Amino acid sequence: MSVEQIIFYGFAAILLFAATMVVVVRNPVRAALFLILAFFTSAGIWLLLEAEFLALTLVLVYVGAVMVLFLFVVMMLDIDLTPLQEGFTKYLSLGIVVVALITVEMIAVLGSAHFGLDIVAAPVPHPDGYSNTKEIGLLLYTVYVYPFEIASVILTVAIVAAITLTLRKKKSKSQNVGEQVKVRREDRVRLIKMEAVKKEEVES
Amino acid sequence: MIALSDFLILGALLFSLSVAGIFINRKNIIILLMCIELMLLAVNLNFIAFSHYSGDIAGQIFVFFILTVAAAEAAIGLAILVVLFRNMHTINVADLNKLKG
Amino acid sequence: MEHLNQTLLLTIALAPLVGSIIAGLFGKKVGKVWSHRAAIYGVGISFVLSVWVLKLVIGGETYNQQVYQWLQAGSLSLEVGFMIDSLTAMMMVVVTFVSLMVHIYTVGYMHDDDGYSRFFSYISLFTFSMLMLVMANNFMQLFFGWEAVGLVSYLLIGFWYKKPTAIYANLKAFLVNRVGDFGFLLGIAGVLMYAGSLDYVEVFAQAPTIAAQSTELFAGHSWSVMTVICILLFIGAMGKSAQVPLHVWLPDSMEGPTPISALIHAATMVTAGIFMVTRMSPLFEFSETALSFVLVIGAITALFMGFLGLIQNDIKRVIAYSTLSQLGYMTVALGASAYAAGVFHLMTHAFFKALLFLGAGSVIIAMHHEQDIRKMGGLKKYMPITYWTALIGTFALIGFPGLAGFFSKDAIIEAVHASEIAGSGFAYFAVLAGVFITALYSFRLFFLVFHGKERFDTDSDHLPHESPAVVTVPLILLAIPSVVAGYFIAPMVFGDFFAGSIVVHHEHDVLAHVGEEFHGAFAFVLHGMTQLPFLLAMSGIAVAYFLYMIRPDIPAKLQHWFNWLYRVLDNKYGFDAFNEKVFAGGSRMIGNVLWKVGDETLIDGAVVNGTAKTVGAVSKIVRKIQTGYLYTYAFAMIIGLWLLLTYFVV
Repeated sequence: MSVEQIIFYGFAAILLFAATMVVVVRNPVRAALFLILAFFTSAGIWLLLEAEFLALTLVLVYVGAVMVLFLFVVMMLDIDLTPLQEGFTKYLSLGIVVVALITVEMIAVLGSAHFGLDIVAAPVPHPDGYSNTKEIGLLLYTVYVYPFEIASVILTVAIVAAITLTLRKKKSKSQNVGEQVKVRREDRVRLIKMEAVKKEEVES
Repeated sequence: MIALSDFLILGALLFSLSVAGIFINRKNIIILLMCIELMLLAVNLNFIAFSHYSGDIAGQIFVFFILTVAAAEAAIGLAILVVLFRNMHTINVADLNKLKG
Repeated sequence: MEHLNQTLLLTIALAPLVGSIIAGLFGKKVGKVWSHRAAIYGVGISFVLSVWVLKLVIGGETYNQQVYQWLQAGSLSLEVGFMIDSLTAMMMVVVTFVSLMVHIYTVGYMHDDDGYSRFFSYISLFTFSMLMLVMANNFMQLFFGWEAVGLVSYLLIGFWYKKPTAIYANLKAFLVNRVGDFGFLLGIAGVLMYAGSLDYVEVFAQAPTIAAQSTELFAGHSWSVMTVICILLFIGAMGKSAQVPLHVWLPDSMEGPTPISALIHAATMVTAGIFMVTRMSPLFEFSETALSFVLVIGAITALFMGFLGLIQNDIKRVIAYSTLSQLGYMTVALGASAYAAGVFHLMTHAFFKALLFLGAGSVIIAMHHEQDIRKMGGLKKYMPITYWTALIGTFALIGFPGLAGFFSKDAIIEAVHASEIAGSGFAYFAVLAGVFITALYSFRLFFLVFHGKERFDTDSDHLPHESPAVVTVPLILLAIPSVVAGYFIAPMVFGDFFAGSIVVHHEHDVLAHVGEEFHGAFAFVLHGMTQLPFLLAMSGIAVAYFLYMIRPDIPAKLQHWFNWLYRVLDNKYGFDAFNEKVFAGGSRMIGNVLWKVGDETLIDGAVVNGTAKTVGAVSKIVRKIQTGYLYTYAFAMIIGLWLLLTYFVV
């Protein structure tokens, strides 16, 4: 068993274990932490696939930003966990059956019969001095420049949307000149007719 | 050597696990979101594996975009979650039945 | 107006309509007096002009033209047209004369009724409808008149629409007539199908070709087309002319005011069937089966309806049953191909039966609307004019020699005697027995009403008194033709007055056979004195005198002894009960089934609510899919994924 295989199977085992824990654990904080573990291990596997840039992006962007966001939310919200656990096993059997079927079918399709080494040969490792980042950059800024721009717009929209959604509306204390000019007497003054009362009655 | 099918099966297992997670944690919307992240991870793994074995770097570009969209999705999804919790004091999917006919 | 022309005929037909419109629509505005004046003038004009027309027709003129084309559909042309010949002219005179008398009489009879103008409107409308019926030159217009008189009859029977029995009676009359009209309509359809035209002349010209054809009503049974058509047409006549078993409406129609009973249910409308069959004589002559059918039905009606008159106590119902019986005589004459005799009897009957009914109406006025003859009696001294006119009418009815009824009835009896078609033996017996029965019940009525002791309260201040002139004048005017009309027998029955209107095949020509021994009206009278019918009538009178004048206790005993027979007669042979149970009950049952199953279950349940329920049920299932729960959609997606995957793998 070569070093690569050891690394692969080791990481794969950790990845699957982490994924299982994400699904199974009851505490969302723990689930998020296990998800971070899953991201780390997949980053390792991606390194094995010579996708260094993406592996690092995954760690930086996902673990560093997205998962922190998750943890923030989970920790900030005072979530009552008990009702969320209800029916944990209700759909378990159905879930397992469906998942098992999907898994079996996918493995049948993706297994070594179609994608084994004898059919898809392992690529030759890249020579020294090869930069994955440079290759991606070349492609990204030439062929995929427009999708790249769109992606940036999507991110901007996401930021704006997230802020707008969560922003609490505060009453503005600033002066609105238009409102003040528009105002009419009827809006402010109200004439009330009252019966005249004697002083004694008021006092009593 | 590691075969392409090994990576693909790993991806498939990861995907299936996240599907199972959706089934099991059907009430907890946070874990549902996490499961979706896991699914995307599985898909990304497939992309990178194919990209590597076919020597075409374009697959990695796709993963790049997927990561972008996933990040945006997570951000908006969590924002909605926060607003939801603020208004309804729950994130139980079973209680989110305002649209039910 | 030297000749028959369109203007003259239109005036005759439309004058009563105008009167009807004035009285009906503007009755409140013009007031009572102008209402009846308008109606009477309208009918009066028609009567005078009808006499004029009759004179022209006797002079040899005829008329047959289209006045207005209503509709042209393919080769079918629906027209309004007039056909004037001797038969029509005679009917016009009879209808307008009796109608005029009734109009005048009504002024007295109805004078404090709330619906005064309405009543005049109806009877004028009736006169118009009847004139349209008799003057028609095609089946469409005949049917129009037929239905219109039915409608007016319906309106008039239910004239006192606050009286439940009247409403029941008019509904009954309408429904029973509907049965007949259904047959009539089928008959007309048959004529149109085989002759391709509705015009009388064209249809009659094709009669021999139609008679040669046959059709299959039920698989395996071949019927002569002519027989089918004629029987269907006769079913219509059975409804309108109240022949067994469609007679049930006529006695009940006495719920209407008495002038109506005289005009519609005795003198004119009920004779529409007789007129129609006579008009169709060119068709009926080709079907001996149909003639036999007509003969037997007529004979049954003539005899058995007479029996019912024996036990009735309502003055108008007795006369109504006598009308049924006399209509039976006319039908018998038609069946024996003695159309002329039938029509002749129609005419004489119209006069004396209108007379009797109006006389009965006069009695009813005098008795303050009491109609039970057991509470009358001895009215002779109180109302002499009514008494004498009623006596003339009764003698005419039983066929006393020299009076109108004698000639017509004897002609019919002789004709039936001479007839050789199937059923004529039975018919001969029936009409002879009928003479006796007629005399018996007529004089029973007469004696009970006018003779004997007064069975009403004689001490009161409201003793019966003679009716006013508007009532008695029509009685006298009707009494005249009841006496003299019989002397027209020579030209009408044995002469060639109807030569152009009625077709009789040589082998059926019983009247010619009878006519060989006819040597003038007076000889006929003298001959009649020695014949069986006269003896029967006389014995009928004698028996009536004995039973109701000398020994009034016997009828009660007879009723006791023959209780079962009395019950059968009292139930009118069970026709009403049968109709009530089988037809009305059956209809109600079908109605109930249609209501419960057809309407509530099928339409409401399955179609209307069913649609909603189906939508609801489907929604209920679909709602399961569309729960609004996020995880349900996730499940659906995953299962969809699995299905797709399976599809690609397999």
